[in-house]
Amino acid sequence: MAIAAAEVSNIGEYLRQHQHKSLLRFITCGSVDDGKSTLIGRLLYDSRQIFEDQLAALEADSRRFGTQGDHFDFALLMDGLAAEREQGITIDVAYRFFATDRRKFIVADTPGHEQYTRNMVTGASTADLAVILIDARKGVLTQTCRHSYLAHLLGIRNLVLAVNKMDLVGYDRSIYDAIVAEYRAFASSSGIGAFVPIPVSGLAGDNITTRSSATPWYSGPTLMAHLETVQIDIDAAQRRPFRMPVQWVNRPNADFRGFCGLICNGIIRPGDPVRVLPSGRISTVARIVTQGGDLDAAAAGQSVTITLADDVDCSRGDVLSIANDPPEMADQFEAAIIWMADEELLPGRPYWLKLGTQTASATIYAPKYQINVNTLEHLAAKTLGLNAIGVANLSTDKPLVFEPYDKSRDLGGFILIDKISNSTVAAGLLHFALRRSQNVHWQALDIDRDAHARLKHQQPRLLWFTGLSGAGKSAIANLVQKKLYALGMHSFLLDGDNIRHGLNKDLGFTDADRVENIRRIGEVARLMTDAGLIVLTAFISPFRAERRMVRDMTPPGEFIEIYVETPLEIAEQRDVKGLYKKARAGELKHFTGIDSPYEAPEQPEIRVNTVGTTAEQAADAIVAYVLADAQLKDRIDPG
Amino acid sequence: MAALTHLERLEAESIHIVREVVAESEKPVMLYSVGKDSSVMLHLARKAFYPSAPPFPLLHVDTTWKFRAMYDMRDRMARDSGMQMIVYRNPEAVRRGINPFDHGSLHTDMWKTEGLKQALTQFGFDAAFGGARRDEEKSRAKERIFSFRSANHRWDPKSQRPELWHLYNVRKAKGESIRVFPISNWTELDVWQYIYLENIPVVPLYFAARRPTVERDGLLLMVDDERFPLRPGEVPVERSVRFRTLGCYPLTGAIESTAATLPDVIREMLLATSSERQGRAIDHDQSASMEQRKQQGYF
Repeated sequence: MAIAAAEVSNIGEYLRQHQHKSLLRFITCGSVDDGKSTLIGRLLYDSRQIFEDQLAALEADSRRFGTQGDHFDFALLMDGLAAEREQGITIDVAYRFFATDRRKFIVADTPGHEQYTRNMVTGASTADLAVILIDARKGVLTQTCRHSYLAHLLGIRNLVLAVNKMDLVGYDRSIYDAIVAEYRAFASSSGIGAFVPIPVSGLAGDNITTRSSATPWYSGPTLMAHLETVQIDIDAAQRRPFRMPVQWVNRPNADFRGFCGLICNGIIRPGDPVRVLPSGRISTVARIVTQGGDLDAAAAGQSVTITLADDVDCSRGDVLSIANDPPEMADQFEAAIIWMADEELLPGRPYWLKLGTQTASATIYAPKYQINVNTLEHLAAKTLGLNAIGVANLSTDKPLVFEPYDKSRDLGGFILIDKISNSTVAAGLLHFALRRSQNVHWQALDIDRDAHARLKHQQPRLLWFTGLSGAGKSAIANLVQKKLYALGMHSFLLDGDNIRHGLNKDLGFTDADRVENIRRIGEVARLMTDAGLIVLTAFISPFRAERRMVRDMTPPGEFIEIYVETPLEIAEQRDVKGLYKKARAGELKHFTGIDSPYEAPEQPEIRVNTVGTTAEQAADAIVAYVLADAQLKDRIDPG
Repeated sequence: MAALTHLERLEAESIHIVREVVAESEKPVMLYSVGKDSSVMLHLARKAFYPSAPPFPLLHVDTTWKFRAMYDMRDRMARDSGMQMIVYRNPEAVRRGINPFDHGSLHTDMWKTEGLKQALTQFGFDAAFGGARRDEEKSRAKERIFSFRSANHRWDPKSQRPELWHLYNVRKAKGESIRVFPISNWTELDVWQYIYLENIPVVPLYFAARRPTVERDGLLLMVDDERFPLRPGEVPVERSVRFRTLGCYPLTGAIESTAATLPDVIREMLLATSSERQGRAIDHDQSASMEQRKQQGYF
């Protein structure tokens, strides 16, 4: 940053002063062509953050790609990736940095077009303030409303309405006033509330860092002056009760056990009583350890290492809290969900949920509604697609320590991760815990699953047959059951068609319904294995994720995946039920192998190739496996 | 308590990131390039795990063409930190004697890009910390803090994972790896201010001294050892110079300066009118060259 020599003549003094600046993180949002990138370029240029060599490159680029005639095209400075420069659009979040004498700023430049809502949500998740841009020639657009709503949803309470390109409307006050009035109506009806309007021109520099003589009718602050002085409630987090998600346990030797984490709320001092959640154990803070010596206190926003006076159990995923005011715990919630992946939400399918340092397996139920982010109307929805926002219930496989998002971004904001692709598919904001999860507890049973199995002299097993329609799953499963029966073993066969006549008759064949179908069957099969039975299931069960879900529901070793492998052409030739013919004729939609995928098992316990093996041979092999498996188990774990 | 300063917030964020990687990856490593950004990153890692030493090794992907003062600093930091320092040199580049004078851009490709890929694959590291900052260069401004690489180390800028709040998704398939940039949100000034505040040792080349130099292709190059082939008529001249960034000495331009102390360097930087990567020969070929390099696996 080029600044006047006089300002830095006393460098020691300068450094002291500049070490005490605060930090403001903000986002800029607006529609395509509202001039966001130009505005940020202007802020950087006017705060003298653009170096000469970058300016030279900019001049060259402006001639090649520029859209601003003889002006510098500041937007070219922002659009970092080559593909974007050629298309003239910003396609991802870019972070920019500048500083004035009073503050340092981190700007998230977020793109305006519809398909990139996820980028805006990403930028807004860490921002203290949002600058909403409006093109003075176009006024309030649906995208303006969407961006404002998203900023508000993510918890940003400082909004600036920058009415841009005032130079192109002749600095006409009536145009500005009309836009502000229209936006005010929207803001009050949607719950957004207060905002600060400023008439600007990013290109010409009006009211960016210096007051413009072209808008004598405007008496408010320049954009920069507002950004420098706006009161950010950064102390709010310090005033709330202490919470620190434990990230890592530091054990250099047997005498030291330090709990590391980023404090998300409150202030902590040695001697303070704390509670470890979810266990609920209580201790007191012994030391706050840093390389530069122990601290007398630490506050929200600091990464610290805390030791406790007592030897209590505490590990990654636990939360340290002030003892007398701990956060809630629950395993069922209502949450707002922002879907960020091309593949849509499959209600019923488990995803990884990451909240602070806690990770759990979470199932999302069918959305209660989707929110039309342009009109804020609630729409009926069975699923959520890319960039959709909805409200849904979800349940987790273990209790989570949490706070509602509007109280704590760090203990209320979560991400969902696809278990197979590992991509981040959604962001979520916890609203509240569902009553029923607080009141419904597992009933401990006196006759447990082991007792049931002992009575039957067998090991419960779930023999999960999977394969294409017509592969021979039901035929083989039937034979296996007969053979088990002849050996005096207790089993039960759950067949796809039969289940669909009863328990699952409300489900169709969409991807979402297929997931729910398998989830219910998994739950029923689990109850039956709890009763000590050997359960056989014969369902196409085309998706790896659902087969994995059922495997995860059952105790280790109990789930036996049997892949009945038959090439599609053979299954289609057999076409026992005439279904392939119908599917080929377009009369049956979502038919596995035709217009719906089958994901073959990667490591099934048993693989049956029906070409070259008879059903009888296959059944014998499976029974032999079950018996050998049970004997092995008996040897390891007698009784 | 007083509100945190911007440096305190940046420090806390970086420490959080480093701990998150250690908690969620299997075999992390820290890329140590000896420069000021690496020095700050290493310092932050030591703070994150104090009183333990950071539970991962350091990796120096060597080109054999670094400044001698950098090798001295590297060996000193290995001793001081108590961490394992792995030095890796691409054996193919060693065999072929790849050097910046005869081989042009092949020098960077083979020693750095290929060398890094080989080292990560050979040791099976699944997460590697790097000291890149978003303010350095345009394509870095859009890269995530946790940046995923396919099994063949490629970066796909169009399929980056969204990063919300302080939540990082560290999950990956076998063979995939992540590059993690804990000081993404620091600026050059932040780095120097922090070095000053925390008294972090840096290579003396950042401070002005009289050094033998020649002017070549618009860059002021230091003749650091006898391998520097002088062109006809070239005679090394003693100039008072320092470096804003450090890399291979034949590729790193010096600036004429008398700033011999840290406050002087910061003062000079505040007055500077050109960005710090300007002294690097590799970025100048095309305006999008860094992005292309990154897609191919350059850090």
